[in-house]
Amino acid sequence: MSAFDSVTAARANDRPTAIDYITRIFGDSFIELHGDRRYADDKAVIAGVAELGGRAVTVIGLEKGRNLKERMERNFGSAHPEGYRKALRLMKQAEKFHRPVICFVDTSGAYCGIGAEERGQGQAIAENLMEMMTLKTPILSILIGEGGSGGALALAVADEVWMLENAIYSVISPEGCASILWKDPTKTAEASECLKLTSQDLFKLGVIERIIREPKTADSIMFDSFKTLISQTIDKLSAADTEAMLNKRYNRFRKF
Amino acid sequence: MKPKNELENQGESVENHPYIPNELWVKCPVCKNPVLSSDLSENLKVCPNCSYHFRLGARQRIEITVDSGSFEEFDADMMSTNIIDFPDYTRKLKNAKLNSGENESVITGKARIGGCEAVIAVMNSQFMMGSMGTVTGEKITKAFEYATEYSLPVIVFTVSGGARMQEGILSLMQMAKTSGAVKRHSDAGLLYITVLTDPTTGGVTASFAMEGDIILSEPKALIGFAGPRVIEQTIRQKLPKDFQSAEFLVEKGFVDRVVPRKEMKEMLTRLLILHGSVPAVQESDETDTQKEGDEQ
Repeated sequence: MSAFDSVTAARANDRPTAIDYITRIFGDSFIELHGDRRYADDKAVIAGVAELGGRAVTVIGLEKGRNLKERMERNFGSAHPEGYRKALRLMKQAEKFHRPVICFVDTSGAYCGIGAEERGQGQAIAENLMEMMTLKTPILSILIGEGGSGGALALAVADEVWMLENAIYSVISPEGCASILWKDPTKTAEASECLKLTSQDLFKLGVIERIIREPKTADSIMFDSFKTLISQTIDKLSAADTEAMLNKRYNRFRKF
Repeated sequence: MKPKNELENQGESVENHPYIPNELWVKCPVCKNPVLSSDLSENLKVCPNCSYHFRLGARQRIEITVDSGSFEEFDADMMSTNIIDFPDYTRKLKNAKLNSGENESVITGKARIGGCEAVIAVMNSQFMMGSMGTVTGEKITKAFEYATEYSLPVIVFTVSGGARMQEGILSLMQMAKTSGAVKRHSDAGLLYITVLTDPTTGGVTASFAMEGDIILSEPKALIGFAGPRVIEQTIRQKLPKDFQSAEFLVEKGFVDRVVPRKEMKEMLTRLLILHGSVPAVQESDETDTQKEGDEQ
């Protein structure tokens, strides 16, 4: 599979979105919570509390929507500042109640628009990066589709970062890269190769801890084993001493 | 060809990206008046007619900001390599070094400002439009770690088109890395002041530029997450004229103060003192007097 095949697969309309993962992994235990307590509720971010292996967890996902109507509502998974602030509010809440945080990342990037700029898109992302680095509870981030630049990183400063086999994670879209490099936004296949954005590339670079194998169709067996893996990892991360965990998290990013 | 990344075009409209030739007269891109280039230099590269702030190189910035002779540079020899084997990056790096006379897009070090000791980092628009690569991130991170270790305040002058595409995901990781170092410095109870200069966008805005305890900006600087061109393409309409200007960010609550270049050193000194810095009196008096003399 080429890098561009991964880009295509990561963006496919029938690919499971954050809601699918949340539903299949946490079932009825998920209680969605809304709003950033500052401005609004951003539907590009779905977040709440749930139960996993007998433990309360905070779940946050960037949600693209599964059909056109949902995609419009959720702004195609491109969050505004209030989305990142909602995520941070719930992460702080998780810290208070000693709950681990699990993030599902799927976005082409943070939204670029007038309102997003007026309400401090850069500041919102920056604050998440800073606060996540010292959040005194375990964080696991899983890139399930597109990991678009700062808008993805704002939910991926974590103790472990995983990627679905065909997910991508990049500093810039292949289209953006191609138009800068060759003044030709159609050369996305070449740009995809250059950017080293596939799960295999990122594993080699040490950016992610684990690649999650994808079955041809998203079946229940995959979700069952995935759930077990998440649960075991959360147990492992929760068992560590907090200070040691934070030092490890700092050094995880310090090495790049 | 000049190296570019995703967001660096935005500052390059005629108004925002003056080219200053090594000639006698310079035309101000805002008021269109000719200015004698020596007058411009003496005026800290601020147009004497309309106060337009021309872009300033990092070395000049350090010269007008710190007490003379007090700057000790950190990691001057640290250099980027083409780590992910990105097309044409090796050549672009070489050109950037030739263009700027520097090894990277940021200069870091320790200095005295109005007699107060501080760690400073000054980004350089002449090096790949101040884009943030791994070495940029590393130098900034090390500067913060040094400041944390020695309980010093940090002042960062930002100018950047964003993360450096040519280093792929590793440049994105610099946003997390620098933010971690800023957080540790902050948790140690130490002061961090950012000074945003034209333009500050992308991954730098979405990390350490917006993480200061106090965020200052030069007048009219362009500050944003996405560049104006990207936004216009997304929303398919023209942006209002002063959208994303420093003054606009003050209005929206994301910048503390707009400070003209001539007043910056004094403002930084006052803030440092109010946060517990003790100026070394004898040195600062001498340099301040000299500075004022220079400005006449």
